[in-house]
Parts: sequence; C-alpha cells; structure tokens
Amino acid sequence: MATYKYYHAHEVNQEACHGRMKCLRACPTDAIRVKDGKAHFISELCVDCGECITACPHGAFVPLADTLEGTPRKGKLRVAIPSPVLYSQFPSEVSPRRILRGLLQIGFDHVFDVAKACDWATLATRSYLKEHTGRWPIISSFCPAVVRLIQVKYPELTENVLPLQVPREMTAREAKRKLARENGISESEVEAVYITSCPAKVVSIRQPAEGTKSALDTAIAISEIYPALREAVSEPDSKIKDELFDDITYGPGWSSLGAITGLLETKRWIAVSGMSDVTKLLDDIENSKLRNVEFIEAAACLGGCIGGSLAVENVYVARSRTIRLAQKFGHNIARHEHRAERLYRSGFFSIESPIAPRALSPLDPDIARAIAKVKERDEIYASLPKIDCGACGSPTCMAFAEDVVKGYAELSACVVGAARAAH
Amino acid sequence: MTGERDIVLKEQFSVTGRDFGRAGSVSTTIKSMLKQIGFPPDVVRRVAIATYEAEMNVVVYADRATVTFEVTPAAITVTLEDQGRGIADIEQAMREGYSTATDEIREMGFGAGMGLPNIKKNSDDLEVTSEVGVGTIVRIKVLAPQ
Repeated sequence: MATYKYYHAHEVNQEACHGRMKCLRACPTDAIRVKDGKAHFISELCVDCGECITACPHGAFVPLADTLEGTPRKGKLRVAIPSPVLYSQFPSEVSPRRILRGLLQIGFDHVFDVAKACDWATLATRSYLKEHTGRWPIISSFCPAVVRLIQVKYPELTENVLPLQVPREMTAREAKRKLARENGISESEVEAVYITSCPAKVVSIRQPAEGTKSALDTAIAISEIYPALREAVSEPDSKIKDELFDDITYGPGWSSLGAITGLLETKRWIAVSGMSDVTKLLDDIENSKLRNVEFIEAAACLGGCIGGSLAVENVYVARSRTIRLAQKFGHNIARHEHRAERLYRSGFFSIESPIAPRALSPLDPDIARAIAKVKERDEIYASLPKIDCGACGSPTCMAFAEDVVKGYAELSACVVGAARAAH
Repeated sequence: MTGERDIVLKEQFSVTGRDFGRAGSVSTTIKSMLKQIGFPPDVVRRVAIATYEAEMNVVVYADRATVTFEVTPAAITVTLEDQGRGIADIEQAMREGYSTATDEIREMGFGAGMGLPNIKKNSDDLEVTSEVGVGTIVRIKVLAPQ
C-alpha cells in the first residue's frame, strides 16, 4: 500500500510490532495503518516527526540514524557538530567544554559548537523581519518536521517559511571551510557529523526540503552515542588540551522553545510546540486569523528540540538545564551584530531555492471524480460508528472511510459496525 | 445536460453565536475537503479566508447560522444564513474600517471593520441580503479555473 517515494528516518521492525496501535493514535498526520496486526506508514503523509518512535512500547519504529562504529568514515577528518540539545542531556556540573572534549575522546577529530550560528541566525531573522514586505507571519524553518508538515498539508504557507539557512547547516559549512583550509585538504575530505535528538533532521540531511544538498554528511542520534560519551565525560582524558575549546561560545542555542522569539525586536510573535498545537496554529494562519503576528517559532516536539525522540533526558529536566546554561553563558547577540549584518547583506544566510509545496495526491486526479469520491467517503462515514476505535487498522472512522474509497480497506473491516448490525 | 461536470457535493454545518471556542472550525473543515478534492492552493486559500471571516461575523454578531457548502468542479459556494440582528446599511458595512463591534469584541482582536471587505476581496461573487432583527444571508462564490 505504501509507496516509498520519500526517504524516511525510521522503518517498522515487523517482528517487534505487536499491533498495539499506540502509533496509530500518536501519528499527527494519520499516516499509520495497522494491517494484519502490523503497523505500516503511508510515505507521502509521514513528516518524520518521530511521535511513533516515542509512542511504541516495543521499539518497533526503528530510527535509521547512523551509528558511530557502523558508519565508515567519509573523509580524512571526522568533525562532530553536536546540537546544543546534547548539553542538556548531562547534569549541570558536566560543562559543555567537558562534553565537547568527550566527543574527541570517543573518536571525533574535531568539534564545532552550533550555539554561535544560532546567535547569528537570530540576528539574520531580525534583519529579515525588518525588511519583509510580503505575507505575514513568517514561520521558523529550523524544525524539519514543521517544514514538511507545511509542504504536505499547508502548501500555500510554504512562502511564509523563513528562507534563511539554519544554524546546523551554517556550522557544517563553516567547519568544512575552516578545516579544509587549515589542513590543506578539500572540503569533501571533511565529514560533518550532526549529533541530534531529532529523527526529522536525519531526513533533512539525506533529503533536504530546500532541494539542495545538506552540508552535513552523517547524522547520529544522541541516544546512540550517549553511553560512550557518558563514560568519556566521567573520565576526562588529560591528553586533550583544554585550550582547544577556548574560542567556543557555548550556550543553549535554539534547543528549547522560545529561544528565537525571546531575542527578536518585534513583540508580535508566537512560540508553539507539539504537532497538534502546531497544526491548530497553522490552521489559524491559513484562515488568516493571525494577521497581526509577525513571527512564529514552531517546533514539532513538545518543548522544542530537547523533546526530540532521539534524546535521552526527560524534556523538563533538559529544559531546566537549558535555562541554567543560558544564564551562565548568555547569548552573544550584541557581539556578533556587526558581522552578522554584513554577512546578511552578502547573502550568506540565504537558501539556494525557496521551499516548494509537496502537496498530497488528491482523492482523484480528475476534480469531478474527486468530488464524487468525497461524497462517497462522507456517505460511508455517516454509516460508521464514529468512535475512532482503530480496530479496523485506520486511525479514525474518517480515515477509514477514505481508505475504503481509495481501495485500501474493505468496509467489512469495521468490526464495531458489523457487531451493531448483527444485534 | 447533465454529466460528470455537474456533480455537486453539498454539506451543511452550523455555527453558534458567541461560541469563540469552536469559531473557525467550519472553515477549517471546508478547507481540508477542498484540499482533498485537489483544488488549486490559491482557490482553497480564498475560500478558507472568506468563510472564516463570514463564520466570525456570525460568532461575533449573530445568534446562530446554517452554513451550506456546495462544490462543483467549476465553483465553490458557501452560504451562511444567520438568525440575528441583521445589517441596517449593507453598503456601509462593506466599507473598510466600518464596524459596529463593542469594545469587548475589539479587545479580542475582532471588529476592525475588515470582515465583509475581506470576504469581497477573496470571492469572485458575493451576495449579502439582510433584514434588521431577523438575520443576514451571505453567499460567497469562488470560481475554480478549469
């Protein structure tokens, strides 16, 4: 049933799947169906938010991030680009410096911190908002699941998405340029490895929404390297010099919701997280309800990237640590203002091509037949129990009615309807 | 002559005055149906905005309304028939910035006098008829390019 037109960050391990349907209810885009007791997902509907990975009690949704040992080196140098989320996964007494040092201990040749690029990108966002004359509000682009959701379900809103580079990509480009120059090698000899809490970013690296190549080569889950890194930070290697980390700014970056909006000059902003709330907000924007809002910071995971399904720490614990990290290191906005403005003018932050819609296939390519199918679907829906039990394998009675019209399901699969008819 | 081109989808919804919690749900439902049918994004957007504005007018000013949603391959028609105070001077209400909203409503971000003008801007054809003390009928039509 599913056509795998798009790359996804997870697959279903059919053996581990018990058909308990937790994923069916968790999926915000109704992409999952349970057939013969096993979960499947419809490729074009999946936005890689990772809700199914979190929801499954048996770990049947397997994230397809790379592993440190399992991935052959793709160049002479392997550089770690950890999402600032990584800092929040360790107790506060473990400093970012020690965590970066730990990454070198477990096999990376270099580390680059993303927090500085976050500050720059915040400044670039400010500049963009000041000059923007088109349609409002502008929606943040750092969360790939939100960007995909917009491409798939809100194609008209793709032009509202902030058309600027995201910090992780900027950091990877900077790292490659710098290390290639310093070591007299080509940029392609530098492998940029993103360490992330986010399954959607794994996809954004392999199949960027912007239609261009990602500067990142590999994506490794925080949960994957956590055990080794934990050991490394508890036994610091004295051979690795502290000075290596002196010119790093540190900071929480954009890992927690509100990091961008809190630093904007405009007060007309909304910060939203969690797929169902993001969806509601996008509906409001489409209805032109939020006319007076200039900027939306939107993250698919509750609480922001710290809530990602590939993180290990409880999101509220991580949030508390992130706030303390911000208090300690602060944001270095003022320090970069001049340089960021110059870079903004030079087009440094611009993405190569605008984000294009990836609209869902309609019920039928012919409008008249599509209308007839909607009518048929609504008639089927009217006859269903409307209790969204999921026993048929579709997430809701409405989705089931649609599956029947599309020929994906048989009306007889509705066991509740059949039982009621028998009485 | 009847044929596939004349296929009509017709649905009815209701809107309750002062129900701000559910306000906007009809236009969201209509919008998702139009997307599934496969109308161009611009058509969907215009119908959604016009319907939302009209729905909000019912929530803010009227007691209740029935919304009739009709679709053919060539056009989308949304008709809102409300029971409420009605509009005394339609011409005046169509002017940008004109509003009879109370301060309380304005504080909620409505009543900027943009409702009907915005509906007009987003529709290809708009009919408004009203009787004071009885109610208002707003008929919005958006054409779909063939």
